[in-house]
Amino acid sequence: MKILVCIKQVPDMESKFKVDESGTWYAKTDLAWRMNEYDEYAVEQAVQLKEQCKEGDITVLCIGSDQVKETMKKSLAMGCDRGAHIKDDEASGKEPFEIAGVIAEFAKDKDFELIFTGMQSQDRGSGQVGILVGEMLGIPSVSTVVEFSYEGGTLDLKRELEGGIKACVKVSSPAVITCQLGLNTPRYPTLPNIMKAKKKELLSIDIGDLLRVEPRQETMKMYFPEKKGGGLVLEGEAADLADQLIKILKEKTGVLA
Amino acid sequence: MKLLLIAESREGKLLGGSYELMAFAQELGAETAMFLVGSEADLPKYDGTLYLADVADAGEYNPEAHRALILDVIDKEKPDSVVFCHSSYGWDLAPRLAYTLKAAQISEVVGVADGNMVVPVCNSKLRREVKAGTAQTVITLQNGAFGLAEDPAGTPTVEKISGGTGTVIEFSGFELAEAGGVDLAKAQVIVSAGRGIGKPENVALIEGLAKALGGEYGASRPVVDSDWVEHNRQVGTTGQTVTPKLYVACGISGAIQHLAGMKKSEFIVAVNTDKDAPIGEVADVLVVADLKQFVPVLTEKIQAL
Repeated sequence: MKILVCIKQVPDMESKFKVDESGTWYAKTDLAWRMNEYDEYAVEQAVQLKEQCKEGDITVLCIGSDQVKETMKKSLAMGCDRGAHIKDDEASGKEPFEIAGVIAEFAKDKDFELIFTGMQSQDRGSGQVGILVGEMLGIPSVSTVVEFSYEGGTLDLKRELEGGIKACVKVSSPAVITCQLGLNTPRYPTLPNIMKAKKKELLSIDIGDLLRVEPRQETMKMYFPEKKGGGLVLEGEAADLADQLIKILKEKTGVLA
Repeated sequence: MKLLLIAESREGKLLGGSYELMAFAQELGAETAMFLVGSEADLPKYDGTLYLADVADAGEYNPEAHRALILDVIDKEKPDSVVFCHSSYGWDLAPRLAYTLKAAQISEVVGVADGNMVVPVCNSKLRREVKAGTAQTVITLQNGAFGLAEDPAGTPTVEKISGGTGTVIEFSGFELAEAGGVDLAKAQVIVSAGRGIGKPENVALIEGLAKALGGEYGASRPVVDSDWVEHNRQVGTTGQTVTPKLYVACGISGAIQHLAGMKKSEFIVAVNTDKDAPIGEVADVLVVADLKQFVPVLTEKIQAL
């Protein structure tokens, strides 16, 4: 079984962000980078499926500068077999339709039985790429999956809806699955697997060889939202902060009365 | 400008997001028509044409069929934009429709500025203005960003539609949330744990503070996903929506899904090491501190009162 997992490298969301000189994206300096959280579930599900089937070949695909190879190595250490690095120093400016176009162009003649993506990226959060890849390849896609089982080409899935409700869905492979948080428990790579991952194939392809679609939208501006909360900010020593907060709670809420 | 609003229902019940679509249209002063796969028994209060497909035929989750039905309506109404809620229904269906229409899709819109759509970036820490390069667009709206339509009234002119088949994805029913456990909705005080608690042992700190305040403890999604706290204590879009007198968010950065579940609390205290965390937007008091140090001290002092 051939499986494709699509991942993205994103900044740690706790980072201090700055807007870059162009004014249309965040500055990429002084940031800690990691695998998009949703994609960790995608990688884990692919590896679990391979383990279940006792055979399989997992390609992990990532679009970006050479820096994304670090994140790709993590997914190789988690159990993916080979990497396809689509080299693009301008990846952050690509909109979801272009990203999906590149992935579909890569995948179109490779007979992947399953394609896993995260349901969205933590930075853009568009939630479009996985579904668009399915549309472009003409195969079904199911989004926001929190339970997954596979048996002889049939997928039993649960989609997460609002309020803790799930929708039970069946679909046949080939298919695209977009993974929601909580789908599984992503493993930590072990040291031996990190060593093994260094020897795995990591193919580099230029973005120009795969980008065949035109963008349909453009980022005009990026900025920090206006602080509208106007809440009180308390800083200092723990004991002092606790006293201040207790005073406020007594004054403003009936809770400590 | 004309918008086609895609309302939502579940098991025949209209979902509230439908009125957010109307609020968006009001803000833009746009003409509208509405589309709904639902039931005649629960129609939106809406003064306009409602294209209604019976959920018994079109299915609860059948993106192929729903897309085909919407495409028929688009043919008739020729809207400039098709507007969905950024919900499990909307974010699943919108890209499929955008693909067929060859339209730009702009996700999770929170505002409009100079004719461009404003969307959040990086867990709402940043905003981005997006300009569509196609004449027709598909838009999804962030939950709560535009509020509910003011005084929705009227009875829609219902135009029944049918057709649209889809056989690829087979929907076999809903699984409801596990019942039982804690009803956070009844709690006067809720202290919630977020990712910032660091390890499962620290749930006890949160539980201790909740007890000292005479309340219950809850959690944000990552903590529940890690199995540190059971799901029936999850606050947010996919958990419970709560409005206690006091909500204390400990180590919760404030993802929109969490904010949607607690921002109507009467008084909100956030404890976070990150002064810029989005939780600060809704907090009445932001205590900039490491909860692991601050919470035990606070608990002790409250117990000593």
